[in-house]
Amino acid sequence: MKTSLSWLRDYVSLPAGLSAEELDNALTNLGMEVESIVDQAATVKGDLVVGRVLTIEELTGFKKPIRFCTVDVGKDAPQEIVCGARNFAEGDLVVVILPGGELPGGFQIGARKTYGRNSNGMICSAAELGLSGDHSGIIVLPSGTPGEDARPIVGLDDVVVEVEITPDRGYEMSLRGLARELSYAFDAAYTDPAQIDAPSGTTDVPFAVSVEDTVGCDRFSARVVRGIDPNAPSPVWMQRRLVAAGIRAISLPVDITNYLMLELGQPMHVFDLNRISGGLVVRRSRSGEKLTTLDGVARVLDAEDMVICDDTGPISLAAVMGGETSEWQPDTVDVLLEAAHWDPIMVGRTARRHKLFSEAAKRWERGVDPSLTLVALERAVQILTAHAGGTVDERVLDLDHRGLPGPILLDPALPTQRIGVPYPASDVVDLLSRIGCQVSGVNPLEVIAPSWRPDLVAGIDLVEEVARLGGYNNIPSILPPARGGAGITAAQRRRRSVGRALAENGYVEVWTYPFLSAGLADALGYAVDDPRRSAVRLTNPLSEEEPLLRTSLLAPLLGTLKRNLGRGLRDLALYEIGTVFLPGRSSTPPPAMGVDRRPNDADWAAANMFVPAQPWHLAAVLTGEIAPSGWWGPGRTATWADAIEAARIALSAAGITDSRITVAAGELAPWHPGRCAAIAVDGTVIGHAGELHPAVVSALELPKRTVAMELDLTAIPAAPVVQGIRISTFPPALIDVALVLDVAVPAAEVEAALAAGAGELLESVALFDVYESDQLGEGKRSLAYKLTFRAPDRTLTSEEALAARDAAVTAVATRFGATLRGA
Amino acid sequence: MSYRNDPYDPKQAALLSPESLSEAVQSAEDAFGAASDLDALGALKPAHLGDRSPVSLARREIGSLPPAAKSDAGKRVNEARQAIQAAFDSRSAALEVEQAARVLVEERVDVTLPWDRRPRGARHPITTLMEHMGDLFAGMGYDVVEGPELELEWANFDALNIGPDNPVRGSMDTFYVDLPGLVMRTHTSPGQVRTMLTRQPPIYVVCPGRVYRSDELDATHSPVFHQIEGLVVDEGITMAHLRGTLDHFAKAMFGPDARTRWRPHYFPFTEPSAEFDVWFAQHRDGPRWVEWGGCGMVNPRVLVACGIDPDKYSGFAFGMGVDRTLMFRNGVGDMRDLVEGDARFTVNFGMEV
Repeated sequence: MKTSLSWLRDYVSLPAGLSAEELDNALTNLGMEVESIVDQAATVKGDLVVGRVLTIEELTGFKKPIRFCTVDVGKDAPQEIVCGARNFAEGDLVVVILPGGELPGGFQIGARKTYGRNSNGMICSAAELGLSGDHSGIIVLPSGTPGEDARPIVGLDDVVVEVEITPDRGYEMSLRGLARELSYAFDAAYTDPAQIDAPSGTTDVPFAVSVEDTVGCDRFSARVVRGIDPNAPSPVWMQRRLVAAGIRAISLPVDITNYLMLELGQPMHVFDLNRISGGLVVRRSRSGEKLTTLDGVARVLDAEDMVICDDTGPISLAAVMGGETSEWQPDTVDVLLEAAHWDPIMVGRTARRHKLFSEAAKRWERGVDPSLTLVALERAVQILTAHAGGTVDERVLDLDHRGLPGPILLDPALPTQRIGVPYPASDVVDLLSRIGCQVSGVNPLEVIAPSWRPDLVAGIDLVEEVARLGGYNNIPSILPPARGGAGITAAQRRRRSVGRALAENGYVEVWTYPFLSAGLADALGYAVDDPRRSAVRLTNPLSEEEPLLRTSLLAPLLGTLKRNLGRGLRDLALYEIGTVFLPGRSSTPPPAMGVDRRPNDADWAAANMFVPAQPWHLAAVLTGEIAPSGWWGPGRTATWADAIEAARIALSAAGITDSRITVAAGELAPWHPGRCAAIAVDGTVIGHAGELHPAVVSALELPKRTVAMELDLTAIPAAPVVQGIRISTFPPALIDVALVLDVAVPAAEVEAALAAGAGELLESVALFDVYESDQLGEGKRSLAYKLTFRAPDRTLTSEEALAARDAAVTAVATRFGATLRGA
Repeated sequence: MSYRNDPYDPKQAALLSPESLSEAVQSAEDAFGAASDLDALGALKPAHLGDRSPVSLARREIGSLPPAAKSDAGKRVNEARQAIQAAFDSRSAALEVEQAARVLVEERVDVTLPWDRRPRGARHPITTLMEHMGDLFAGMGYDVVEGPELELEWANFDALNIGPDNPVRGSMDTFYVDLPGLVMRTHTSPGQVRTMLTRQPPIYVVCPGRVYRSDELDATHSPVFHQIEGLVVDEGITMAHLRGTLDHFAKAMFGPDARTRWRPHYFPFTEPSAEFDVWFAQHRDGPRWVEWGGCGMVNPRVLVACGIDPDKYSGFAFGMGVDRTLMFRNGVGDMRDLVEGDARFTVNFGMEV
């Protein structure tokens, strides 16, 4: 909503010296967002004066006609000015900006030589002064004295205010409403422009109208004026106010309806009486009906749209936009003026359906005062006949099917209870009366909201008005008493621990959009029946290229890895903790659930079963050196083993001890089938780690031997309460063993067998050498372990330690055919 | 040196003379003093304190003296020997100190050499800021709750009094999916709904998380961003409590000068509603009010839809953008830096924000 301050002052006695800052604060504290407050006088700098054109010399030989003028600007000598416009004559009064001045947009005016002549200043058009988008020519003034300030004459002495209105306060989209609001802020006198005498509906109507759907249109009023002068222009003051409001002036009848929409908030429509065939019918559209609206678009209507029809069919898309056939034309002499009241929900749907967010539709959707139709018609008739003559038909059509809203019952203590500021009942009554409510009763108060406030329907709506007018910033600041909470959950604490552990181990956290392209599943080598191919699809993705929601974190994370590589980084260890979206828990769409009570448990459970599972995953990717080279020597390139270690770091931080973790050879896309580990906790696989498949690396154009890990954090069992252990103070016995085994025997299983065989005296096992050679035999390798034995209650004898060592070796020998190397 | 077994050699008895002993002491002191290190000192020791040293030989001659002279001579020899031993010990101690000092000098290294053999990683500032915010509320007795990002339309809109025809619903730039009745949540407010459906008051929760709006990515917008939502439902909760909570939170986040300023606004799920600014003294462009979030008293319609008696209980809710907070609090100028995943951006923040 945009308007000029002078117009507002017609209805509210604002302080004379009101500053832009005071106005800004007032509007803000009333709940409007101030887009701009522009003092137009300051938009043109320097001397902007009235000038009389004395002589015009046409210059030829240039690409376009050019005029060299002398202009009396009230100085001793005439001003010489070169001008490209032609819509003025000698003797005309024009607007001249003198050298040293500046037009809106920072355009500086100087004295210069152009087209071979001296030009001292410029003769201005309305567009150049920022007054309108009309470039049709320079301004020719009806009156004025050369040399006087031209700003007041062209309307550049006003302040233009633009505010954004919240969707609940349609009444503020009018001068009437804005001025009323400002009257609260400045405690200023207010004149309601709707407080005029307007004739009521008459039994005998000026035109036959029938309203078939009184839900969509609960009031339809109309007046007829015949014999107006079709050439009568809109008065300058009206044009200026429209231009200040950002609305183009078109013709007197149309300008009047726009002007009154701004003044009162009542959208109206003008029909050419002679272009309507037969009477008017207001009804829902029939599906498939067509109408060409004023913007020239042929529209197919929906059965929910409301239309105004004559004998030819729909002639207006009700409340949103008129049609071409019945519209006012430059030769229109007899007009039908319509002011109706439409169902805001219907208008909102129609506007969205046809993507027609006209000024009228915006107001209807937010709520228009239904009591205004006759006032608006009376104002329209008055202004029209004052400027274009014509004869007013004394008959007034008013088909009024409004239901009267009942009173809102308000406990006068409710504002105090909800706001936390003591408001005596008398204050509550005063404040509500100020905004136009009729208040009666004592407890509860019976409050009838004013007709322009359809947003006031419940007690809490009235509480808001009390708080707002009482001043939000007068509300005290009191902390509610603490009620005791559990803080963060175990799952949240786990994610923090995991993230921190990885970061402390050199990994860098990033986050990615969960949107994926459909082709990625192939690039990642997912099998045809891989469940990760089943992804939720956005119906309105930002990019048609990436419509799917991720079922794995790795896919987007690899994209981020690539972006980093593209920016010149080489050694990268990235991780992300985020959710994936796994459809398929239920195929029964959520049941319809109302809002007038809590949904029942069965419906709520069924609805939630339909929501795809969204477990938290952790993914990490590595490329380049995990330990950099430096003056100390060469670095170390990240390998499959680092990816597995990342999983172990995460599991350890999640409170899962090594003994519960199994690492086994796995096979899953996008990993290298020979370098993929399946990571299990208590025997359940919760993720994979290793080197990426060479085909994936190639398809995604990643560095060779990029490694990756992904775990389902949600699937990791809750960490148990950790039990203490007894620390033995007796010395350990250290024994090394080297075992020769088939290379196919996984080291993890050898270690597990050693531990199982060694028994309780074993404190730790550490693999310190892996060795392959021809001497060991084809397909054999040696694994060398350091075994540490210790007893809780005594120093072990060497016999005890050796016996335990032998038991450990025997267990591996029995299970995997291992031999003791060198034995 | 072949006199050892000849106790009667008068020349040998001369070794016991005070002059000879004094000379032996002097000679030892001179020799020890000249030793440049412990090894050299050790090499000198046999000559002055060994079996064949003058004092040792002198002691051996005591037996050849007449009984009356033995005591006197013994005393002299002992004194001489103690003097030599003292000279040795003293020099030895001095050399040890010298050597220890020299070793320290020799072992000097350049401590400015880099040793970043295992570079440190870092956590994303959005993560750490959300944790920080959650912890501040946990300290006030709140629980930190979560909800799904792909959410029931009913929880994201309807239950929050955003009916199908509410103009707000159209302005929320919602991502829809190929499953009926589901949307990418446009705010963390459905977290409120889920909490109220599963708990009875008193409810004190915050819900941080990721939200979605179909805005193109630019310097100030991202289709994926983060909010933290707060909800309190209890008996006797007022707007003053809301204000107190936000002021407290602002101070905890931004320091003792921080406070909030409210502007009336409209949200379907709160009534009365406000937008609030925070006074941010550390702003890189100077102290100023910064738009921070929205808040209000929970609309009774929301309480009803979630099965809470609006006559018995009242509540407040508030929400603010985490990304936006990070941007002004930490001077991040471009939203794209938050979402592009450039490792350098994260590393700059380290482990805390």
